[in-house]
Amino acid sequence: MSVAQPDRPLLAETLTQWAEAFRRPTLYLAVLGYALMLGFWYLTVQVLKLPRFSQMPALTDVMREWTSRDPAYGVSIFTPIYYQHILVSLRRIAIAFALATSLGVPVGLLLGWSKAFRDYVFPLFEMLRPIPILAWVPLAIIMLPGDELPVVYLTFLASFFATALNTMLGVKSIDPAYVLAAQCLGASRWRIFAEVIVPGALPFIFTGLQISIGVAWFSLVAAEMISGQFGLGYLINTSYTTVEYPTLVIAMFTLGIVGYSTSALVRRVGEGLMTWRTRQLAMDGRG
Amino acid sequence: MNASQVPRGALSLQDVVKIYDPDGSNVMAVDHCSLKVEAGEICMIVGPSGCGKTSLLNAIAGFHDIDRGSIRLDGEVLCGPDRRQAPIGPDRVVVFQNGALFPWKTNLENIAFGPIAQGRLSRAEARDKARAMMAEAGLSGYENDYPGQVSSGLRRRVEIVRALINDPAVLLLDEPYRALDALTKSVLHESLLEIYYKTRKTIFFITHDLEEAIFLGHRVVVMTSRPCRPKRIFDVDIPHPRDYGVLTSKRFREIAAEVAEAVNEEALKSFTRGEREG
Repeated sequence: MSVAQPDRPLLAETLTQWAEAFRRPTLYLAVLGYALMLGFWYLTVQVLKLPRFSQMPALTDVMREWTSRDPAYGVSIFTPIYYQHILVSLRRIAIAFALATSLGVPVGLLLGWSKAFRDYVFPLFEMLRPIPILAWVPLAIIMLPGDELPVVYLTFLASFFATALNTMLGVKSIDPAYVLAAQCLGASRWRIFAEVIVPGALPFIFTGLQISIGVAWFSLVAAEMISGQFGLGYLINTSYTTVEYPTLVIAMFTLGIVGYSTSALVRRVGEGLMTWRTRQLAMDGRG
Repeated sequence: MNASQVPRGALSLQDVVKIYDPDGSNVMAVDHCSLKVEAGEICMIVGPSGCGKTSLLNAIAGFHDIDRGSIRLDGEVLCGPDRRQAPIGPDRVVVFQNGALFPWKTNLENIAFGPIAQGRLSRAEARDKARAMMAEAGLSGYENDYPGQVSSGLRRRVEIVRALINDPAVLLLDEPYRALDALTKSVLHESLLEIYYKTRKTIFFITHDLEEAIFLGHRVVVMTSRPCRPKRIFDVDIPHPRDYGVLTSKRFREIAAEVAEAVNEEALKSFTRGEREG
């Protein structure tokens, strides 16, 4: 039964939500989790000074460097180069993810929907899919010109397989009764595809996209560490070889934040496209 | 709804045979089954789980072929020697065991789907008609909910309306109320009868709930355990319109006892062979 949505101003709504969040333990537990992790880092490196961790950059050094107007190693939130690295990585992710989605979803739908297509393509697909992305690196560099294309290609590849496979599983997961019901109601094959198969597979497609954006970042960083100019993976690799360890950790944290944001964005889009599912889950108390 | 129409939806099954042969095991699901369902009749098919009654319904719906025999609808051959599989179409709409409303469409969109898909009505016309039919069935207020947001009993009613909007000749119901509790069931039975009294649609209804079968049906056909064919046909001579008071009547209990005896024999046979549900 639909819940009436009162037309509250956005600000008031946001404030209420925040107030709500402060009343629940979830927020405090999250803060506690962070505190434990940072505390462990601080304790082992700066207080106990464990021998194994003698090379580790200190928590305070990293934070100071990250927020410094005049960073010792040249990268902080006040330096344009920091954002250039982020933007270059984001652009590669965007291109690769867009390509992987626009190819992976149709291929996955066809794999699930057409037996003939599956018979042709799936054996090949299943042989190529398990090849780790790192194994593709030499070939990508040999095949493709420049620094940029191999990186985008490697990022695309992992995403594509994750998206296509999950989309195919999504089509196969659809209760055959939906297809029969649509046929009973007089729907053509094309209409069944558009109004039953695609929306029916959507939950799996978005699960696939969540995985896809994750593996995209994974292969991006791997690719950037090996080839390419700029990017967070490149930054990690160069700051490692030049022993600029605080920068290395800054790049890692940045990857975490940016990676999380892109995942959240994908999830948001999915929820927007699947109101029926969000509402159903909310009804089941799993929202 | 078109109550004034000439009753249609007479089904005639002649010596229908259906053999499943997935791994060379030659399971005979339906064996020379002959049965006539009159136009405007509520015909209840009762049999033990896995006896092959769903195979029969699937053959009528056109979901699979038959190996021998023929099935006619209002005199026209749906499937027979020249065409093994009936075409699937909106003249015989199935309501499924576990429900098959599209969860990604609202209740209203679900109901409007058929006429739009068949190109009979424009989107706007179909939605208007769907809204009117929902109102008539007492479903106003749930138009914009998704099926996952409403109770399972309500979903079944929406699904019946989704079938009826296509003005089918026959409604094929495959244990639609199987998973529901007794109270919800009784409400749905009365609401189904109410719809029936308005539309006089032929209803081919599979169940293994004897009370449901006798309460709703003009006739109750008890099927033999696999292979499936009519074992005994009971005329339920309790006059329509019926309401739940019927359940406690003496005549109801007499018929129930007879039907139960016939079903029980078959259920035992099927049980000792360890048939799967389905």
